Amino acid sequence: MKHLLSVDDLSADAIQQLFETAADMHDVQRREVKKLPALRGRTVVNMFFEDSTRTRSSFEIAGKWLSADVINVSAKGSSTSKGESLRDTVLTVCAMGVDGLVIRHPASGAALQVSEWVDASVVNAGDGTHEHPTQALLDAYTLQRRLGSLEGRHVAIVGDLTHSRVFRSNIQCLTRLGARVTVVAPPTLMPSGVGAWSAAAGFDTSYDLDDVLRRDGGPDAVMMLRVQRERMTGAYFPSPREYTVGYGLTRDRLAVLGPDVPICHPGPMNRGLEIAADAADAAQSVVLEQVSSGLAVRMAVLYHLLAGESEGGMA
Amino acid sequence: MPATTDETSPGTGPERADRTVLDARDISRALTRISHELLERNKGATDLVLLGLHTRGVPLARRIADKIATVEGAPVAVGELDVTMYRDDLRSQPTRRAHKTALPPGGIDRKVVVLVDDVLFSGRTIRAALDALADLGRPSAVRLAVLVDRGHRELPIRADHVGKNLPSALAERVSVRLSEVDGTDEVTIS
Repeated sequence: MKHLLSVDDLSADAIQQLFETAADMHDVQRREVKKLPALRGRTVVNMFFEDSTRTRSSFEIAGKWLSADVINVSAKGSSTSKGESLRDTVLTVCAMGVDGLVIRHPASGAALQVSEWVDASVVNAGDGTHEHPTQALLDAYTLQRRLGSLEGRHVAIVGDLTHSRVFRSNIQCLTRLGARVTVVAPPTLMPSGVGAWSAAAGFDTSYDLDDVLRRDGGPDAVMMLRVQRERMTGAYFPSPREYTVGYGLTRDRLAVLGPDVPICHPGPMNRGLEIAADAADAAQSVVLEQVSSGLAVRMAVLYHLLAGESEGGMA
Repeated sequence: MPATTDETSPGTGPERADRTVLDARDISRALTRISHELLERNKGATDLVLLGLHTRGVPLARRIADKIATVEGAPVAVGELDVTMYRDDLRSQPTRRAHKTALPPGGIDRKVVVLVDDVLFSGRTIRAALDALADLGRPSAVRLAVLVDRGHRELPIRADHVGKNLPSALAERVSVRLSEVDGTDEVTIS
């Protein structure tokens, strides 16, 4: 496999192979010398046309710890702000002999489009409201480490589903690994056509978070999604307070969850909106673990895409 | 993305006419001798760390450690070393599956590290292992113990302790099988 554009590109076996490599990479984080020579001589460019702290830093450190030369290009300060097209910017950068291109862009499908323009391996680091495959991989990796296996486990994904690329990637990843998924959102933030999609992909939908948390002993893991104010152009809920009352992981709902139920959040968190500080800082919160897992998973992705001979790597 | 095998792995391809050069008892005797040589050279098991190289160096290191522990009456530190990321042929092969590197709790700083592998051939794996060690700490000395030395070195590397010197033609295939990995103990050449 040359690119990672969608979780759909990966079989369950390929995902588990990535996880095995990620586990090896995880050990590097505890070493005094956090460096492996696997990508020495390779050049990776992080092109971020949207703001990012976690993902960009994570990809940058992942590349550097594998000894790749990593360059960051952001929309602000790049030639795109002078009016250059995405295609020209990408081709210009790739003309410098780039091996890997990690791209985040506000347009859905941008990563796929870029992969058709360049010879470099392209990693989708988030394209609009479409996909964010490495986030889904790190979420599943974190939960698998916590729960032992995702086979038959019940995961509740809660929040702004309409605008969430993390949710779209996670649905594919979690169901592919055998998890049972229930997505919970207010009707205004539930994607249109979700009924047919859920039937095809095999996940459940609900508008009632309290019911999902209580029914059948509750979920084995809860994934809270950020309310994406920057993507919202309409009035999706009357007020932040009302959203929290209906769909936030409040102190009361935390009490309903068992103390061993992992709480995920892709970050950045809107504390007090979709997740209370008590839940974000609880012992069962794996938010920071997701960050360290993300580094290991991204190292694994870069290793599998760039270390071997061309067109080698994930089946 | 199946993991590729190296030159020391048993063939899984077409049947070859294998000649057994070491059976289970020969292997046990060779490891016993290596254990005693290590103890004699090191004047005991103090500060000794055995690091097995994946895949078959790991069980060999454990066997040597068990033999040393029997002789000395005290356990000896054992770890695992994966050199996949340090190989110089990463680019020319399909992506290799990395394995776990696990150092004993005391680490390797100021310890005598003995690298343990099944077959010493070109020396490139050991070169990679030396690079990997440099990223993990600073041993006071590094030594090399191998079950089989088949020659054809491409780098100035030699083993300190050899179970069996096995002159071989370049076209021949030396296969080490160990019960922990392959279900049986034998070294064959084909």
